Amino acid sequence: MMTRDEPGESERSDLFVGLPAIDEATMHRLHGRLVREAQTAGLLDVAYRTIDSPVGPLLLAATAKGLARVAYRCEDHEKVLERLARDLSPRILHAPARLDAAAKEIDEYFAGLRRGFDLPVDLSLARGFRRLVLARLREIGYGQTASYAAIAVAAGNSKAVRAVGTACATNPIPVVVPCHRVVRSDGSIGQYVGGVEAKRTLLTLEAAA
Amino acid sequence: MSTTLPPFEEIVSTHGPTVLRVCRAVLGPMDAEDAWSETFLAALRAYPTLRPGSNVEAWLVTIAHRKAIDQARARARRPLPVDPLPERAAPSEADRSDGDLWAALQALPFKQRAAVAYHHVVGMPYADVAALIGGSQDAARRAAAGGIATLRKTYGDGGPR
Repeated sequence: MMTRDEPGESERSDLFVGLPAIDEATMHRLHGRLVREAQTAGLLDVAYRTIDSPVGPLLLAATAKGLARVAYRCEDHEKVLERLARDLSPRILHAPARLDAAAKEIDEYFAGLRRGFDLPVDLSLARGFRRLVLARLREIGYGQTASYAAIAVAAGNSKAVRAVGTACATNPIPVVVPCHRVVRSDGSIGQYVGGVEAKRTLLTLEAAA
Repeated sequence: MSTTLPPFEEIVSTHGPTVLRVCRAVLGPMDAEDAWSETFLAALRAYPTLRPGSNVEAWLVTIAHRKAIDQARARARRPLPVDPLPERAAPSEADRSDGDLWAALQALPFKQRAAVAYHHVVGMPYADVAALIGGSQDAARRAAAGGIATLRKTYGDGGPR
């Protein structure tokens, strides 16, 4: 950028040095107002917040249809939001209240007080066979496991065991869509989008409750 | 240059304070928050059509300028309220202590005030200021200089601090 027209330091810093700094409380209030007005105007396409959990901070994102994304810290929340902007809509705002119900159910799940989720979900981030697999995953009950091969059969393609693995690894709504309940045919735990340690934590939690 | 738009939340956190500063300078602290809200709501509406890599700050200031014109016109039409409107947030302590500066700014003609705000508060080049407020680059420079000269007389050199 050209500097010819930039106001010099001295030119900018005397008269307006007295301008009050924009305080965080004001920005917070204005942000809240923007969220409310955006929602009323139907312009809040994606709302998000983060919550703490025994498997680390989780990013939750919802569209008008329902919960569309749960992301582990290892997925890099900033990158996840950038991809949501690209894949769903860039009209994304931090709007914790919009995710209160989801946060509550997930909290209850981790406290061992909840065995199933009643949340509406939006699976639009998964397409084709992957989406079919996610629908089958939701049929695996709390505390139970299924093999990748069994899910492939249930999804209508017994040869697609690897594709089931990919669908689990790219599950946009882990925890709520229970890809952690899919294990290897030999009984070993297999991979997980949130890391094997998180998968073990979830399976242990469900076995204990 | 990125090929996709960042989440709008990033736009609000990066540029929100600057846009509020502009709105305060052009409209004063009382009307500034309404103008800020209208600006960001309009920006959110139009955001998906913004070309990735655009100058977002200039885009927002352009929207804010239009909102400021609307507000200034509305204000000219309505009688001065005896009391502040109840639903409006009370200005903070900091706002009150700078009442003299706001008053001095508000006493300037709209074009001078806008030129001062965009050039001296935001740091916008005169070519861009001219594109916003109309007229030539020299006229924008003169409007800002005239505004600053008046402020120095009415508000003082360097202000009260």
